Amino acid sequence: MLASVLTLGGIGLFAAVALGIAAKKFAVEIDPRELAILEVLPGANCGACGLPGCGGYAKAIVDGTIAPNLCTPGGSETIEKIAHIMGVEAISAAPQIAVVCCQGDNTKASLKYQYLGLEDCNAAQKVADGPKNCPGGCVGLGSCVRACPFDAIEITTEGLAVINRLKCTGCQKCIATCPRSVIKMTPLSATTHVLCNSTDKGALVRKYCQVGCIACQICKKNAPESYQIENFLARVDYDSAESAEAVVEKCPTKCIRDFSAGYPEGSSFSAPSPVKKPEQVA
Amino acid sequence: MNLKAMNLKTFKGGLHPPDGKEFSASKAIEICPLPEEIIIPLAQHIGAPAEICVEVGAKVKKGTLIASARGFVSAPIHASTSGEVIAIEPRLHPMGKALPAIVIKPDGEDCWDENLKAANPDDLSGDELKACILAAGIVGMGGATFPTHVKLSPPADKQIDTLILNGVECEPYLTADHRMMLEATEQILDGIDILRKVLGIERAVIGIEANKPDAIEKMTKEAAARNIEVQALEVKYPQGAEKQLIDAITGRQVPSGTLPMEVGVVVQNVGTAAAISDAVRLGRPLIERVVTITGPGIKVPKNLLVRIGTPLQFLVDQCEGLNGEPAKIIMGGPMMGQTQLSLETPAIRGTSGLLIFRKEDLPRYEAGPCIRCGRCIGACPIHLQPTAIAAYARLDLFDEAEEYHALDCIECGCCTYTCPATLPLVQSIRYAKAAILAKKRTI
Repeated sequence: MLASVLTLGGIGLFAAVALGIAAKKFAVEIDPRELAILEVLPGANCGACGLPGCGGYAKAIVDGTIAPNLCTPGGSETIEKIAHIMGVEAISAAPQIAVVCCQGDNTKASLKYQYLGLEDCNAAQKVADGPKNCPGGCVGLGSCVRACPFDAIEITTEGLAVINRLKCTGCQKCIATCPRSVIKMTPLSATTHVLCNSTDKGALVRKYCQVGCIACQICKKNAPESYQIENFLARVDYDSAESAEAVVEKCPTKCIRDFSAGYPEGSSFSAPSPVKKPEQVA
Repeated sequence: MNLKAMNLKTFKGGLHPPDGKEFSASKAIEICPLPEEIIIPLAQHIGAPAEICVEVGAKVKKGTLIASARGFVSAPIHASTSGEVIAIEPRLHPMGKALPAIVIKPDGEDCWDENLKAANPDDLSGDELKACILAAGIVGMGGATFPTHVKLSPPADKQIDTLILNGVECEPYLTADHRMMLEATEQILDGIDILRKVLGIERAVIGIEANKPDAIEKMTKEAAARNIEVQALEVKYPQGAEKQLIDAITGRQVPSGTLPMEVGVVVQNVGTAAAISDAVRLGRPLIERVVTITGPGIKVPKNLLVRIGTPLQFLVDQCEGLNGEPAKIIMGGPMMGQTQLSLETPAIRGTSGLLIFRKEDLPRYEAGPCIRCGRCIGACPIHLQPTAIAAYARLDLFDEAEEYHALDCIECGCCTYTCPATLPLVQSIRYAKAAILAKKRTI
């Protein structure tokens, strides 16, 4: 009885001492700031900062190898907290948000063929450059939905990706996976967007989509400082302060949309009623 | 003929889908008339697209060179009738995109270019014969369209001992090679002699599946005098795949990531052999091929001898048109063929068949969950685990998919065909393959 108590007690004592020594000798020094930063990061491990996860980012900030304002999901609040921990001035980047620059769902844009393969935009894109006649339009098979770490994207029943502006953190994961680069980063404060991604000539766009940009130049004429036509596609300059009202009103296909009165709930950009039925191509 | 007595050989794996060959197997090859417009794409073979060497407005004759080979793995392209080049512009290609093509307006005379020289293969050396094959633009006629001269140029350290002729035609519905073996037996055998001379070997084996007993009988009878073997094979898809055919006939397995020359074999399609005979004896380049126009969506299925560049719509018209509303147009066979966007696309060198299905011929089932039955594993001719690779592909875990040898997949589609849950297995594997290859290119 006594022997066993002593043996066990002895082993316990020895292990405790050994562990105590080892803990001191092999201690890994962690900068307390790293732990503090990890605490304030969102913990989504989304990779928007360019590193594999929040832990890696926290370490890199403390090591000074990366800027402390790259956590887009955390927003300005997180950036301020990190700046406070690191004792530097917070330079928060203008918050950005992803927007699907396409309104051509299955009721408004025509299809080349019926796609029956793997439910994935990148797989569909490999079959004759995607099922839509439009080379730039949203494929609508949800690769971005699966890529989004914040559950901010949905595919409408008409087959168009929509981004929930309340959930989107601007991590750009969806942009990396979209085979047609139809999702673009825009300033959070911007209220006017060109919701088209087709670089085809206007006459061709008219054939396959009711709501595509036809490069008619009307927007450019009405607001030359804000609008440019590049590759037969209107581009809005988000820095310009020019009024968008006239432009939005005059856009013949309603691909330029103004949301200054507020974005629709969940930000599903329900496109305006059809202008004209698209002709079937091929 | 007693098939049991023929000692049928085969490979492990594969399956036999209903073959639908009864539509066209008994139809003799007919010559397709001249269409109003010939569209000849520049990308018709594996390798670099050919380089245009004519201008708009140029008068060409049947067999005139219109685009030359660009690099070693490439093939020249010739006009398939006489007429005028009316345009060089992107046209809808069987791949589903608009790609550069030469458009010829036929003059109706259809006269051969007088510069084409006939030769007697007995007077030419192996290298001269190979030059003839290259100049004639011969590519693999089974559908893969790999330039033939490349296959006939093994590196010096590879000893070739066997030539295998692929007369398997394991794709359902297609009967072009079957009819060739019955109607162009002499040309095929002559082509085999030329191929043997180029490769400097004696042994040649023709592999034919047992569902073509008339072809086996005719080939056996004619080939015996020339010391060419005919091997009857079990009816199983994908026996016509190069590596499976080598396994079935010689029992040799081509290692992963290598070519058949690794085990001393060169495989050529029977149609290629016939084209080689024409190229050497008559000096005629590859400008036409036999196409099976078939399927329930065609009124009168036929085997047609078609000029390269003939629009598919014209071929359908020769078969008395469509039988109902087409829902799926396939160039090639139903297992590995390419679905077409429109009947505007032209027949090209790899067009072994034109298959049309109506909506009622294509039942659709919702994909269910994998029930781990293992049928895809049993059917895979490469002995892969399709279900595992597909699962990784769905999760975008491409490194794991590569560890499971996704790159060895030949995309035959047996896994998808046999899956009781109707999962898109081969589609997922193709997706993984593309992603793995893209990753390799960027590194």
